[in-house]
Parts: sequence; structure tokens; C-alpha cells
Amino acid sequence: MNPVNYLYLAALLFTIGAAGVLIRRNAIVLFMCVELMLNASNLALVTFSRLHGTLDGQIIAFFTMVVAAAEVVVGLAIIVSIFRTRHSASVDDSNLMKL
Amino acid sequence: MTSYLAEATGTTSTGEAVQFWVLAVIAVGGALGMVLMRRAVHSALCLAATMLALAVCYMAQGAVFLGVVQIVVYTGAIMMLFLFVVMLVGVTSEDSLKEQLKGQRIAAALCGLGFGVLLIAGIANARLDHFTGLSEANAEGNVPGLARLIFTRYVWAFEVTGALLITAAIGAMVLTHREHVKAPKTQRELAAQRVKDNIQLPPLPAPGVYARHNAVDVPALLPDGTIAEDSVMATLRERGQIRDVSQAMLQRMAELENSTADWLGRPSSERPAVTGPRKSLEQVAANGRDGQADEEGVE
Amino acid sequence: MNSLIPLLVAAPLAGAALLLLGGRALDRFGHWLATALAALSFGFGLALFSDLLGRDAEHRTVTKHLFSWIPVNGFQADFTFRLDQLSMTFVLLITGVGTLIHLYSVGYMAHDERRRRFFAYLNLFLAAMLLLVVADNYLLLYFGWEGVGLASYLLIGFWQHKPSAATAAKKAFIVNRVGDMGLSIAIMLMFAEFGSFAFGPILGSEGAAGGAHQASEGKLTAIGLMLLLAACGKSAQVPLQSWLGDAMEGPTPVSALIHAATMVTAGVYLITRSSAIFDLAPDAQTAVVVVGAVTLLFGAIVGCAKDDIKKALAGSTMSQIGYMVLAAGLGPIGYAFAIMHLVTHGFFKAGLFLGAGSVMHGMNDEVNMRHYGGLRKYMPVTFVTFGLGYLAIIGFPGLSGFFSKDKIIEAAFAKGGTEGWILGLCALVGAAVTAFYMTRVMVLTFFGEKRWQPDEEGNAPHPHESPKTMTVPMVLLAFGSVFAGGLFAFNDSFLKWLEPVTGHEEGNSPLAPLTVTLLTTACMLAGVALAYLVYGRSPVPVVPPVGSPLTRAARRDLLQDDFNHAVLVRPGSALTATLVYFDSRGLDGFVNGLAATIGGLSGRLRRVQNGFVRSYALSMFGGTLVLVATTLLMRSV
Repeated sequence: MNPVNYLYLAALLFTIGAAGVLIRRNAIVLFMCVELMLNASNLALVTFSRLHGTLDGQIIAFFTMVVAAAEVVVGLAIIVSIFRTRHSASVDDSNLMKL
Repeated sequence: MTSYLAEATGTTSTGEAVQFWVLAVIAVGGALGMVLMRRAVHSALCLAATMLALAVCYMAQGAVFLGVVQIVVYTGAIMMLFLFVVMLVGVTSEDSLKEQLKGQRIAAALCGLGFGVLLIAGIANARLDHFTGLSEANAEGNVPGLARLIFTRYVWAFEVTGALLITAAIGAMVLTHREHVKAPKTQRELAAQRVKDNIQLPPLPAPGVYARHNAVDVPALLPDGTIAEDSVMATLRERGQIRDVSQAMLQRMAELENSTADWLGRPSSERPAVTGPRKSLEQVAANGRDGQADEEGVE
Repeated sequence: MNSLIPLLVAAPLAGAALLLLGGRALDRFGHWLATALAALSFGFGLALFSDLLGRDAEHRTVTKHLFSWIPVNGFQADFTFRLDQLSMTFVLLITGVGTLIHLYSVGYMAHDERRRRFFAYLNLFLAAMLLLVVADNYLLLYFGWEGVGLASYLLIGFWQHKPSAATAAKKAFIVNRVGDMGLSIAIMLMFAEFGSFAFGPILGSEGAAGGAHQASEGKLTAIGLMLLLAACGKSAQVPLQSWLGDAMEGPTPVSALIHAATMVTAGVYLITRSSAIFDLAPDAQTAVVVVGAVTLLFGAIVGCAKDDIKKALAGSTMSQIGYMVLAAGLGPIGYAFAIMHLVTHGFFKAGLFLGAGSVMHGMNDEVNMRHYGGLRKYMPVTFVTFGLGYLAIIGFPGLSGFFSKDKIIEAAFAKGGTEGWILGLCALVGAAVTAFYMTRVMVLTFFGEKRWQPDEEGNAPHPHESPKTMTVPMVLLAFGSVFAGGLFAFNDSFLKWLEPVTGHEEGNSPLAPLTVTLLTTACMLAGVALAYLVYGRSPVPVVPPVGSPLTRAARRDLLQDDFNHAVLVRPGSALTATLVYFDSRGLDGFVNGLAATIGGLSGRLRRVQNGFVRSYALSMFGGTLVLVATTLLMRSV
């Protein structure tokens, strides 16, 4: 088997995540989809690392994880505060930014 | 194990192929499940499954450290955070299936499809028939190799990441922190306020007082037989979860008590004040099930 | 003495300003103030005249530089006045006759509540006309020219509450605009050709040849034709004569002023003043002659058919001005006679109009001559003065018109060749027709039986003689009508007076002067006799008979208005409608369509900003898709 298959898997997961962001309305699920996309890119990075025989890809994946953790913390905090004021976790309910 | 993996990265064994296909099915299934499940909890669990599968993939590809981090940090910490927020928001809340944005679903599907096709076509066009493998890079072990890079070439990025994490932590605190505009009232002040307002001087009636049941959702009965809504806690009141204690309900309860008393052979002094027709226990049990259904309907 | 020249203009201008700005306080004596200022201007004119007479003939051109008007590098227009024999003649005519008309108006407008305003306009009219004739350059002349147009507009439409008067004023103004365009184009051409507006550099002065002598004939012809167009507008010559008849809607003194002293003479002045240009452009001169001859007959024919006394006189004015233009078009052999006829005409036409006004004054403002008759017993002074004016205009031997008109006819014959014969015969026929229609006016008004009719309110007219303020000017003008011609002709004094400015040469007439005189007198007598036969011998029907097609056409100003309407107004309206259509549908449609398109697109684009995060995410995702696709395509190419 060729390790390229991992890349196909990553592409598939990324696409599913992206479609999920567009389709789901629950802010938490939306966030999960984003995490899925990040994970898919991590898989691709790990695979690249293996293809090239260097560890830099893994380092970048590592940083991605750190950033994702930070992002999740802030994002969930935002969701919680929105839920507190609007009693809803649906992203469609916060549509004040329009003409 | 490390040596096995290091060797395995050079070539792809049949074992890895089998492992990949199993993991790929789990990962894609989890991802699809996450997107398609209506309840956020289920989505979170599906995502956890996907992440675990990916963690194994990392390890299979020689990224042992990342695999472990994936399990510990991602599946362990981040997903728990997700579940926590899900619980906060309401574990039973479901997304309605009706799409409000016109054409959003079709457009999303088309874009996703197009994007996937593009990515796959891009990967297929890339010249990737030869690969190096990590056996050399991982010669002194995966973690030391990573550590060497992190603390030498990527040390600046590492430091910045630390700053980012601290900022994120502070940000989360700031976002979720509720500012008190003025100091909260003390017990004494609250009592004084109550006297001043003259709305409800004595304590609120406890639920179930003068009632047949003392569950929290059963309102107290006033001397004239009507219910005292104040006796039920505000949250339940708002949710409309006050148990129905109408006359018919009381009769049904009395029936149940009577039949129980019959079965136990209790004296009449212990029987309920409200009289209901006596029935055999089987019938009562059947009725009781109906009553249960009714109660749920009320909820 | 030169400093008196600006005062000529300033006096009536000050009168106009005072009366217009002074308010009600001047209502009581404003008319006398205006009259006094007109008389003052006349006094200045006389003083200057005596001064000019005191000089020898070659040095009678005096200029007075007042200030630099438009000093731009190559474009120098000065407020400079020029008084020479030609200007002097006009100044005396304008101020003299103008003063008499002012005096007359004091009586005529006695009962009009807007009399002060009327006199302000009269003064303004005088000031503008004086500025026109004493200007030393064409631009200043144009200033006065436009001032005359404005004043005539104000005065013709003085009774603006009458829609007909308002319309007539507008018509006069608009028709005059056509002529004004001609003058402005002529001035532009002159500036382009000579680099100056002043008379001296263009026309030559005191022996020095002007720029006109170096210019090509084509350009001079163009300038001449434009000047002729201007003259046609102001002097009511064919084809721009249509406003004159309608201008009778104004008060009668205004008609007298327009016809005798001021407005219509401006065209003749312009042609005579620009004689240096016309002398060098024979084609333009021919055009002038043709216009004069055609108008001469045109006006005479119109005058024959009108029952409105003022309109009959208006036709007569047109015809007489035609004589003057004809004479002016003849070149040096005719200029002096054109001006001479202009002056004598100024006297007798003013007298006739004032007489007509007097008749109307006594007849409850009735203007239809068929409702007059036998007025000679009731208005003896008016009858006598009007009669003298009548004799003068038909050229009765010994009176003013005889001398001037006779000379013009003689000059027309003197043009020489076939041209001369045609022009001469036209002028002769014109003299006969003039005699006919003037006799008709005379007979219908003062002779025969009474045909008075009560007006709409049932008031029968009580004809009476007019007050002194009206009769005195008429008497004075009658004197002028009788003696002015003889005075001018005596020893050719007028000719000698004007010769330094206009030049003069004797034509070689195929007919002896005496023959021409006899022919003219014969024609005149024939006209009088015919009119007497038609109108004097039999009772005049109160309702006009249907008449021949020519009569019917003449009653409608020889279909001039219909012609204008068909040839100019309709196509103009159609063109305007087309342009409006094109503008509103084409241009506006394009512009509005563009705006609407952009607006609509924006409206649609606005919907993209729907506030839904997922929509934005979708567009971002779509954008990424496009970017990635483009990148891959670029790489593969």
C-alpha cells in the first residue's frame, strides 16, 4: 500500500468537515467540524513528514494541535456567553450583522 | 514497538494496509456520523471515535508522540471540554432538520464535492510514488527527535505558542466572566426587601404540602383544594413541569392506594380520604400505565 | 462740450432709475419729472447741436471716452461716446419727438394707476436708444440695442393683464432675438476680422481708411448680411416684420415712440452707420435693397386691409421704413435721403399715432375704423393735425414727406439699369398705395357719417377733443410734418450736413428729377382718388365685407404668422419634441437604466450580506475552491 492513501483519507475527512461547517447549525457541532478539518490536516502533515523523512511535518502538526486547543478554549467561551444571552446555540440566530 | 514502527515506515506492509483500511472506515464513518447526528452529544462521541482512529494512524506513520498527544489532549481534554459545553447548553437539544437558508445545503454539497474532487485530483497528480520513510529521522527515537527540533529550530514558534495559550486562557475567562455591577445582596438585605415589598412574607409553601405526593414537581394544595404554584420551584414552573393534581388525577391516585391497601390488607383508617371505585389489581396496573402516558403528555 | 454727451444718456436713465426705485412718493409728479428729464436731454442735444454747427464740416465728429469697459488684453471695449452729424440727427429726433410723446403721455395715461412705471419705461427707452446712437463701438451699440429690446418688451406688454398684450410683448422680444443674434454674430465676425469693435478702426475716420477696406469681400458680405438681419429684426423688415402689428397692443404713445423716434429707426441707423461695410459688399447691399423694396410693398398692402387704425398705421410704418432701407441699400446716393425720410417720418408718424391715440381717447378706446366716421366736427385739433400728417405721409407737394420720399424714388431710379427701373417702379407703386390706404384711414375716421356703436357695457361714445397736454404735442409735430421737409431740402442743407459721415454722390437717373416728381405726384393723386371713390362716395359697411383673397390675406398680415408657424414653429416644435423624446428616452433612459441596473444589482448583492455565518462560510469555501482550482490549472498549464 502506498502512504498516499493517508492523504486521500485526510482529503476526505477535510471535505466532510467543511461540508459539516456549512450544513450544521449548532455552534458546538460546527466547532467539532472545524476540529475535524484540523485533524485531517494534521494527518496530512504527519503523512508528509513520513514521505519526506523529516520530522518538520510532525512539528507543524504539533503546533496545529496547540493552536486548535487555544481556539477551542476561546471558541467555546464565546459559545457559552452567546448561549447565556440568547438562550440558543444556533449560529443562525445570531444574524444581526446584516444589511 | 518503536523499532517495528521505524521499520514499518520504510515500506508499507500488508499489516499496515489492513490497519489503514480498518481505521479509514472508522474515521470516515465517525466523521459522517458527526455531521449527520442530530444530537450534539452523539456528534461529539462520533468525533472522538474519528480522533482515536487518527491517533492510531499517526502512530502507524511513526508519529508516536503525536499519536499519544492526540489521544491525551484531543480526545481526552478537548473533547471533554466539548461535552462539558454540550451539557451546559442542554444535552437533549436537537437541531431541527429544516434548513432555513435557501440553497445552502445544495451549495454546500456541491462545494464539498468539488473540493474533494479537486483535492483528490491534486493528490493523484502529485508525483508521490517514492517515499523516504522516517526510520532515519526517528533513529534516536521519535520524542527526542521532535524535542531537538522544537527547542532548536522552532523554539521561537514554541515560545509564541505559549503566549497564545496564556492569551487564550485569559480570553476564555474574560468571555465567560459575569461582571457584577453592584455587590450582591446579603441575606439580611433580601429579608428586609421582602418585608418592604410585602408580597410573600412567610416562606414559600413546600411542594407536596396537603397533597398526596411530596415530589418536587407536585404543587401544594391550598385548603380549598386548588394548587399553590409557588410551592413548585421556579425552574420547573418555567418548564411547565408541574404535575397535574386535578380531581381526576387525585381519584386515580386514590384508586392506586386503595388497590395497594387491598393487596396489603390495610385497615380502612389508612385509606385515602378521596374515595374511588375499587378495582382489581390487574386493572389498576393497566390503568396506571395509561396514567403514566397521560402524565408524560402533560409534561 | 464733449462732457455733455454722456449726460444725454444719463438724464433719461436717471429718470428711469428714480421712477423705478423711488416708490409711491413719486406717483404725484413722477411723470412730470420724466418729461422734464427728456426735455433736459433734448436741451443737451440742442446745445451740442449748436456746438457742432459752430465747427467746420470736417471736424464735427467728437468723442468722449468715459471709462474702459472691458479691458482684456486683445479685447478692448470702451465706454466711449461718439457724436457726429448722423448721431446728432438721431439724438435730436429721439429727444425732441420723445419729449413730445412724454408730454402727450401725461394726458393719455392720466388715469392709469401704473403711470409712474410707464414713464420710467419711456425714459429707459429713450436712454437705451440714445446709447445706441451715440455709441462709438459696436459692443456699446449692442448694449443700447438690447436695452431698446428690453424697453420695448416692457412697454408693449405694459397692459400685461391683457393676455394679448403679454403675448405681443413676448412675440416682439422673440422676433427681435433673431435680429439680435444677427448683430452679435456680425460683431463676432468683425472682431475676428478686424480685432476691434470701434467704429474708427473698422469703418475709417477723418480721412483714414478703416479695416473694412482691407477685408475680403466675402467676409464683408457675411458681416453685411448679419447686420441686415439685425436691422430686419429691429426695424420690422421682411422677414422679421411680424411683431410690429401685434406691438399695437401697447399704449398708443408707445406705438408712437416705437414707430417714430426710437426702435424701428435703429435698423436704418445701423445700416447707415455701417455704410463703409455695405459700400464694399455689393451683394449685401443688393439684399438690403430687396428687403426694403419687398417690405415697402408688403407693409403698404397690409395697411390697405386693416380696419384697426393703429394696425393700419403700423403697416404704413413698415412700408415707410421699407423706403428708408431701400434708400440706405442704394449706397451713397441714398443714405442721406434715408435719414431725411426717417426724420420727416418721425414727425408725421408720431403725429399720426398721437392723433390716432387722441381719437381712441375720445372714442372709449375703440380702434376699429369702421366704427368711426365724421369725427372732424368733434375733434377739430386732432383732425387738422392728423390731416397735416396725412398730407405729409402721402407726399403732398410742399410738405415734409414730399421732399424726402420724392428724393428716395429719384435715387431708386438713379441706381441705374434694370435694377433702377424695378426699384423705382416699386417705390412709385408704393407711393400710390400709401396714398390709397392713408386716404382710407382719413376718410373712414373723419369723414362720412357716424358709425359709432356702444361698447359691450352699452356706453355710447361721446367723442371729444383731448386735453391740452395731448393736443400741444400734436400741434408741434404737425408743424414738423409740414415744414421739416422743406427746411431740409432748402439749399440741400440736410444733404450737406450729413455728407461728411455718409458720403454722397449723384446717381445718373434715366429720368429727370422733375419727371420723377410729377410721376410721384400723379401716383399719389391716383391713390387718393381711388380711395375716395371706394370709401368716400358710398357708405362704409360696419361689418367688413369678405373681400378678395388678397384682402383676406392682408388682414392676416399677408399670412406672415401662418408662414412662421408652418415653417418655423411646427418644425421647431417637432424637433424639440424629438430631442426631448431622445433625451428622456435615450439619454435619460441610458443613464437611469445604468443607475437602475447598478441599483438592482446592488440590491441583489445586498442579500448576500444576510448575517448568517454559514452563508459567509459558504462563500469563503467557494472562494477557496476557485482559488485552489485556479492554482492547479495554472500549474498544469
